[in-house]
Amino acid sequence: MNEADNRLMHWQSTKRLMIITLSLWAFFSFVVHWFAGALNAFSFLGFPLGFYMAAQGSEVAFVIIIFWFARTQHKIDLQYGFAEEE
Amino acid sequence: MFKGDFISNLPKIYGTYTGGFLVFVILMAVLEQMGVGADTIGILFVAFTVFIYAAIGFLSRTMEVGAYYVAGRQVPTVFNGMATAADWMSGASFVAMAGGIYFGGHGYLAFVVGWTGGYILVASLMAPYLRKFGCYTVPDFIGTRYGGKLSRFCAVVILVVASFTYVTAQINATGTIAARALQIPFEVGVWFGLLGILLCSMLGGMRAVTWTQVAQYIVLIIAYLVPVFWMSNKQGFGLIPQLVYGDAVARITELEQLHGLGTLEAVSGAAGGLRALTVPYAEAGQGALASWKFVTLVLCMMAGTASLPHILMRYFTTPSVKAARQSVAWSLFFIFLLYCTAPALATFVKLQILDPNLSTSLIGKSITEVNALEWVQKWSNVGFLQVIDANGDGILQLNEFFMRGDIVVLATPEIAGLPYVISGLVAAGGMAAAMSTADGLLLAIANALSHDLYYKIIDPNAETKKRLLVARALLLGIGAAGAFVASLKLTSILGAVAWAFDFACSGLLFPIVLGIWWKRANRQGAIAGMIGGFVAGTWYLYMVRFAGMDPWIGIDHLRFGIIGMPVSLICMVVVSLMTPEPDAEIQAMVDDTRVPAGKTIIEAQAAK
Repeated sequence: MNEADNRLMHWQSTKRLMIITLSLWAFFSFVVHWFAGALNAFSFLGFPLGFYMAAQGSEVAFVIIIFWFARTQHKIDLQYGFAEEE
Repeated sequence: MFKGDFISNLPKIYGTYTGGFLVFVILMAVLEQMGVGADTIGILFVAFTVFIYAAIGFLSRTMEVGAYYVAGRQVPTVFNGMATAADWMSGASFVAMAGGIYFGGHGYLAFVVGWTGGYILVASLMAPYLRKFGCYTVPDFIGTRYGGKLSRFCAVVILVVASFTYVTAQINATGTIAARALQIPFEVGVWFGLLGILLCSMLGGMRAVTWTQVAQYIVLIIAYLVPVFWMSNKQGFGLIPQLVYGDAVARITELEQLHGLGTLEAVSGAAGGLRALTVPYAEAGQGALASWKFVTLVLCMMAGTASLPHILMRYFTTPSVKAARQSVAWSLFFIFLLYCTAPALATFVKLQILDPNLSTSLIGKSITEVNALEWVQKWSNVGFLQVIDANGDGILQLNEFFMRGDIVVLATPEIAGLPYVISGLVAAGGMAAAMSTADGLLLAIANALSHDLYYKIIDPNAETKKRLLVARALLLGIGAAGAFVASLKLTSILGAVAWAFDFACSGLLFPIVLGIWWKRANRQGAIAGMIGGFVAGTWYLYMVRFAGMDPWIGIDHLRFGIIGMPVSLICMVVVSLMTPEPDAEIQAMVDDTRVPAGKTIIEAQAAK
């Protein structure tokens, strides 16, 4: 496989990861809160669920997503040989 | 004690520092027991911590360009995460956020969501690529990627407007806290606060700001968490406050009905800035418009996070691209610690004031009893709290109790009956939060003006010594301008912190993102995007806030980025496609930006 193809595939994997990450991000940023009123009918740890997602749930999800993203992107860089020398 | 170089000793150094700070807190507690007055303890807390920051700033002095602009690019991931968290969490986050949630309930939580989730944009779209680029400032990226002095100049203008909007609020906050803790007039407090801020940044630039921000994060997070954990355990809510306040939220909803929230008439006559509770706590707004307002505010704050230069430039200081990415994750983690605590704090304070079963409650008690409370007297005297018996029945109703949101954080120790040493700690935490953000912002402005405007546009042959001298003179000048504006107390005109986010995302988001993710983006497009978005957003802000125009579908002055961003995107794409594509050299540069390995773009250019 030549250098140009390798770069192209690395970038495609990177783009795919970006799209997955931002889809998850959009779900916890917008979709969940759009339906906060309906979610409040459910209870979680004693909280109305819509309130919980805004106060804590989305934030927990963000922290998990961002660490997962950093790990996965590094794996992609390693796989195509573009990781930095340490 | 410390063998080896500074960087490898960081955990030990900051471990010792944290231990030392805790010893100081214990010492203050002992002094309090020995009968030293509350005022003296407050003064000692603020003076001691500011002195430590200034000492760190002095020890980090430098005459190297790389150290001054990007801390020598050797800040480890976790420490850079702490520094960014301090850079990020302003006096407003520290002092006002819990109060905002107290009054605004679910609707205000849009800020909590928006000011955390933006970091996913920073990590996935921006920071690692800007680190690979190897620039010193955000306009440096714009100017190098798109070429030409005009593109760089536009980026500098937007950066200055967004950051200056933000920095006056921070200097204002340092002034307020210094004035109260040190018992000096506000106008003097502002200049004292500025002195502290400049001592942290002037001699060592980014290097000094980095190491003081880490120290400030440690103080601010201890100061925020300790009172909440203490109160939660003392009042019997539970061991870990963040996990156990669900029932309290449900109970507040019951109490709101009991106290007649929403059915009581508004009482007039309260002083400016004081509010009574009127919004149901946990209830989400009804209908599509309420949902729309929530998510548009979330989007503006997130996009602003990803475009604010004082945050982005923190990731220029890491040793590698991988480290930049991880560092964004750590930043979010450290910010999360405070932001997931703020709603818990707001809930507990609210419950303590509303719940007649708790000894601390106020609503439903007799007015004489409430007015006899020490903390009510103290905060009434400084105009933070007001009780008006509108119906003359001698009982305090929900609509007769007014306070400023800031009380929720500042008076927690007193409401819950904690020792005064905790109040001193909270003052030191608020000071750390405001100073660290002001430092980052002032440095972002001064660096953009000295590196991009002076060195890259006006005098490209300037010597290193002269460049750093100019950088420091600018820091001094901008700081003084900020303090001057803050001392005029024009807050109603300067508007909200949220504006800084809207300015930044209107002008800078797409030129930065598309510069990395769209090879076809060219100079003409970027300039059109910056000018178009910034002008459209500013025009809308002016029309809605000052010219009396009705907001379009709920897009008020806090959300003007919703107007600026699409205009910026459309201008940038249309103009880019109408003009020739960037030359092969620029396209190769974009390709190189996208892979972590290899020299930075700026180094590679210099080697040619």
